[in-house]
Amino acid sequence: MYNLLIAPFADNEFLRDALLGGVLAALICAVVGTFVVLRGLAFIADALAHGVLPGLAAALLLGLSPLIGAAAGTVVMMAGVQVLTRRSRLMSDTAIGLFFAGMLALGVMITSRSDSFTGDLTRVLFGELLGIDRQEILWQSVALAAVAGIAWLCRRPFLLLCVDPDVAATSGFRVRLYESVLLGMVALAVISCFQAVGSLLVFGLLVAPAATGSLFGRRISTVMVIAAVVGVGCVYAGLLLSYHADLAAGACVVMLAVSVFLVAFAVMEVVRWRHRPAPLPPHTHSHPHPGEVAA
Amino acid sequence: MSAPIEAECLCVGYRNDVVVHDLDVVVEPGHLLVLMGTNGSGKSTLLRTLAGLQPPTGGAVRVFGEAPGRHPERVAYLAQRPTSALGLPIRAADVVTMGRFVHLGLVRRMTRSDRHICAEVMARLGVDRFADAAISELSGGQQQRVFLAQALVRGADLLLIDEPTAGLDQAGRQLFAEVIDAERAKGTAVVMATHDLVDAEQADLAVLLARRVVAAGRPDEVLTDTHLREFFGFTDRH
Repeated sequence: MYNLLIAPFADNEFLRDALLGGVLAALICAVVGTFVVLRGLAFIADALAHGVLPGLAAALLLGLSPLIGAAAGTVVMMAGVQVLTRRSRLMSDTAIGLFFAGMLALGVMITSRSDSFTGDLTRVLFGELLGIDRQEILWQSVALAAVAGIAWLCRRPFLLLCVDPDVAATSGFRVRLYESVLLGMVALAVISCFQAVGSLLVFGLLVAPAATGSLFGRRISTVMVIAAVVGVGCVYAGLLLSYHADLAAGACVVMLAVSVFLVAFAVMEVVRWRHRPAPLPPHTHSHPHPGEVAA
Repeated sequence: MSAPIEAECLCVGYRNDVVVHDLDVVVEPGHLLVLMGTNGSGKSTLLRTLAGLQPPTGGAVRVFGEAPGRHPERVAYLAQRPTSALGLPIRAADVVTMGRFVHLGLVRRMTRSDRHICAEVMARLGVDRFADAAISELSGGQQQRVFLAQALVRGADLLLIDEPTAGLDQAGRQLFAEVIDAERAKGTAVVMATHDLVDAEQADLAVLLARRVVAAGRPDEVLTDTHLREFFGFTDRH
């Protein structure tokens, strides 16, 4: 058992770093993902995760830090969606879809200029959890402290936004400001986690553990704690699966997170089915109904 | 002291679609103003304007002497059902507690007084019996009580309520009427959109809307055969 569960981490420093980076990513995504799921921001979160691609590709082309490129990509994406939604009659999901497709296409166009990007592009899209370095872990720690601090400070307006933006507005909270802060947290989560699980898979880590938490929790704090436990557990189990079966680490983590949700959902459905109200007993009284003949 | 609502030639609606024209009304503390009208007649838009959620398109309106939305701690707005909340994993008690956020802001902690207010309102509305249930597990009528409790715990001086009794059973309607009477007795002004003529007869003021003001004034002046005939569909549209 030790060889199966502990030894890979005890014997390999890169796996310990991967575990630390993955745990930090899971905690960031638990905090942010809870609000993404409860506020119904999954589509914009997905679009932001893909919208970083042209920024990353441009950064690689110019020899800049990928973090700067990712930040630029998310800022353009968020600003574009907000402007288009407010200035046009388009529904927000249409604006998001337009920028989502446009940014992804732009990213592919930039990367198609050079064959040497292939390796970098794969790393951007699918992450390199096993190659995470100390500087990235430090950056993730800062990001975790930031999202936890913002979530605590803004918990009341965020909660009201989840329930009803009109109630948030009539409670004296500026809805646009706090929606922007919430989207900023999503962007920060995407930027700080794409190196661990990749820009394509970070969405899974944002949504799946929080969705599992929302199946069981009756408080936002409970949903967040369940999401954190599920996310951290999936990072640990995913790294072991990756190590023993020689599979891509980030994909293993996200696949497990989605699987945990599906299993939890199935269990909930079975429990609900077993506790369904009993059917009414057969109609057994002796008098005849109208139109019937008494026995 | 400024009246809860003072409106002069108030027009409400959207940029290219004004739905209520030239409304003059003053609502005093403890008064009940009932807004009646068919679907799309402008009741909800007028309530949203009074709540500060959208600007008036013309005329003037003051809520406690200032533009709507300037005194959030004195105004409570209860929309028709905030459907976005219904699937959330949030306890009924926590939804009620959110009504105190307007006084607590970002960082102030809940005090014993805040908790006492929430407990008292939940007991009065019978919400304490399902306080620990998730809002998504409650029936429509129970959810309506939870959101009414959320509005009441704000301790507002002006209640803006949009069709509150839709979906309530007879007992729920009776309880709601008692709660509104108690709030008015404390000096809280109430503006309520409704389809129910019985509600209108209990009011101090009534306004009949049909994308314009058909009539406004005391219920016995407003609820006349002529007005009601016009109100129930035989109306000229702008």
